[in-house]
Amino acid sequence: MAHITKRDLGGQIARQGILIAFVLFMVGFSLANARFLDPDNIMGVVRSSAILGVMALGVTFVVISGNLDLSVGSMMSFSTIVVLDLHDKIGPTLAIPAMFAMTLCLGAFIGFLVGYLKLNSLIVTLGMLSAIHGLTLTYSGGQNMDIADKEGTWFSVFGQGEIIGIPVPILLFALLAAVLGIGLAKTPFGRKVYAVGGNGTAATFSGIPRARVVFSCYLVSAFCVATAGLIQASRSLGSQNTVGQGLELEVLAAVILGGASLMGGSGTIFKTVIGVLILGFIQNGLLLVGLQFYVQYVVTWVIIILAVWLDIAAKRGRLWSPIA
Amino acid sequence: MSVETPALRLEGIVKTFPGVRALDGVSFSVMPGEVHALMGENGAGKSTLMKVLGGILQPNEGRIYIGEEPAVMRTPLEAKAKGIVFIHQELSLAEELTVAENIYLGELPRKRFGLVDWATLERRTNDILSKLKVTFDARTRVGDLSIANQQMVEIARALTVEAKAVIFDEPTASLTDAEKVVLFDVIADLQSQGVGIIYISHRMEEIFKITDRISVLRDGQYRGTLETAQTDEEEVTQLMIGRTLDLSRNVSHHALGDVALEVRGLTCGDLYADVSFEVRRGEVLGFYGLVGAGRTEIAETLFGLRDPSAGTILLDGEETVIRSPVDAIAKGISLVPEDRKGQGLVLGMNCRDNMTLPQVDDLKAGPFVAEGSEIAIFDQYRDKLDIRTPGWKQTVGNLSGGNQQKIVIGKWLSMHPNVLIVDEPTRGIDVGSKSEIHNLIRELAAQGYAVIVISSEMPEVLHVSDRIIAMYSGRIMRTFTSDEVTEDNLIQAISGIRSEGQVA
Repeated sequence: MAHITKRDLGGQIARQGILIAFVLFMVGFSLANARFLDPDNIMGVVRSSAILGVMALGVTFVVISGNLDLSVGSMMSFSTIVVLDLHDKIGPTLAIPAMFAMTLCLGAFIGFLVGYLKLNSLIVTLGMLSAIHGLTLTYSGGQNMDIADKEGTWFSVFGQGEIIGIPVPILLFALLAAVLGIGLAKTPFGRKVYAVGGNGTAATFSGIPRARVVFSCYLVSAFCVATAGLIQASRSLGSQNTVGQGLELEVLAAVILGGASLMGGSGTIFKTVIGVLILGFIQNGLLLVGLQFYVQYVVTWVIIILAVWLDIAAKRGRLWSPIA
Repeated sequence: MSVETPALRLEGIVKTFPGVRALDGVSFSVMPGEVHALMGENGAGKSTLMKVLGGILQPNEGRIYIGEEPAVMRTPLEAKAKGIVFIHQELSLAEELTVAENIYLGELPRKRFGLVDWATLERRTNDILSKLKVTFDARTRVGDLSIANQQMVEIARALTVEAKAVIFDEPTASLTDAEKVVLFDVIADLQSQGVGIIYISHRMEEIFKITDRISVLRDGQYRGTLETAQTDEEEVTQLMIGRTLDLSRNVSHHALGDVALEVRGLTCGDLYADVSFEVRRGEVLGFYGLVGAGRTEIAETLFGLRDPSAGTILLDGEETVIRSPVDAIAKGISLVPEDRKGQGLVLGMNCRDNMTLPQVDDLKAGPFVAEGSEIAIFDQYRDKLDIRTPGWKQTVGNLSGGNQQKIVIGKWLSMHPNVLIVDEPTRGIDVGSKSEIHNLIRELAAQGYAVIVISSEMPEVLHVSDRIIAMYSGRIMRTFTSDEVTEDNLIQAISGIRSEGQVA
């Protein structure tokens, strides 16, 4: 009996592990620094999480469909650079749709490779991470991109504006989360995403066009990246070529923290939003307790590993098992 | 009565899975130096029993004795260490490694500093290989060997330990006649060393050639042991098939309708050739044959998963081309696939979502899925098919095999197909649910569906079909009506034997 109990306990820890860890972090941070629970600080965390969050919404679709998208970071750099460059050339009204179109083309290309040619998504998007970075550098000639007239453009509204006191990035994040959340949970397309990720073969045997569903998920992801690029560009009105570098891992961490399984077939937009906020608060907390900015990288990695381990452990109902 | 201690003895082994009693009190023993056949149909519990013996599964009840010692085997390694060795039907070799490395995988002889002692390894390997009279040596890469020779490597692996009992699972499935002779020599050799041998096979002629006794399992229960010398094929078959299922030949009480589906000269590469048949509304057409006879491949072609290389398909008399499952479904062809968990269901999804999956695009209220209509469909088919589940929210993976299969059947019935293809309708399903599914298939035909049933179980195909097509190696050997068919002529047909004067 003792053996059974121990195993059950392991399973429970595995299932609730992220929450337990999060609560411990929060208590620790608020004890260490009184400012942590300050409303201004909380708003600041949500605001600075918006770009990451918008990207995580799209990646949630891809992960539930049973694939990965590691290209979102460098794709976000691409979107940001492109929209900043076009802003001065053709004006913001045309620059924004042009940037969205170009980013969606990249998403379509990845979707074609992974969906229709059935190539491994890890390899394809890892390759695209590097390829898109090269594309961005080629486009910008390696130069940073800046808007000439920073004071006189309405373009800054997406990153710096406020509507009824709420920052626009947060509103965009919330709006997109609502639309995509309902889309995933309530529409036939959403249902098909779960089916394809849960069991692609059975989905095919049920007459679901698997390739088209996977393709569409990468389009959703690209759309979210374009939106994130828009916010980023609008916030700073100038940017380096590498602004999104490394974000792909943070995005993935948020999605997994939210409880989407890397095996596909499970996860929700709501949970991803929670995952984004957890990540944001932990990173903010680390800064407030006086740790260097770069400690975040290590902690993010630790969180990813912890989340993946707990995900697998929750499936087997115990923390450790001799067979997979 | 012999006073000798059995090499291996099973006592009242019970193994249950949710919803299924896979092994229900199995007891038998294997004497040293005996070749003991274990027979039973698909789903009779042979593989479960082997997994219990191999330490992969733990029995819920019962005991295993090796010699006089009660044995508990928690892992495959423990089973091997206790002298129970498996020769698997599916090979488990590392193709990139050499023969010697494969044979001693995990227990390579060592020198100082943990380095592999290659000289000893090669010497020991070649000793074993010489016993097997094979033509390759210790350094050959396993991936370069034929399947038969790879099997010899598996056998060689078994000979490295002091084996008390060796279990051969369908060992001749991929062997040529010459290779079989070598295998039987090896078995005779083991026998003379006093090793107990369990030999699992469907091939009667082999069983009668090399075994001493035959034990039969049916529906997870031990059905008795026969002395090979004092029995014949008929008695064994009788015991295997049993009479617990309603085996009465089916007689149609309803008139048949028009031809729903006709196939002319359908060919798909090497998989099957020149297949022609028709199925009428209200009829159940059975496809019987051995695994690999091309039956599933025909079903997959009709469902748009394979492109035929020649031949035509006619639906309601009109020639048609089926390009994809989407296309097949639109044209009224549905397939309940052979691998329920792999192909039929999204196990992590709930019952309702699985059932309405093919028509989720059509069940819309504005841009959203009309969940009310979905629940209505689920409720309708739950009642109609008597699906036992706490509710539509239940995850399909938690249901028993029989109820899972009903979900798949319900999924297609709710699409109102013209032709329903059911591949292995009762694989891995317990007896009670089996006859329910059989009745369901008969009922569907009575309601006017054209049904094609593919099965490897003779009683099943005999029971549910109006007509039976016997296939052998990708070709139709003969089409039986229910009056002509007997177990004997059916077995002959699927073994490639054409009866006298019979034009196939």
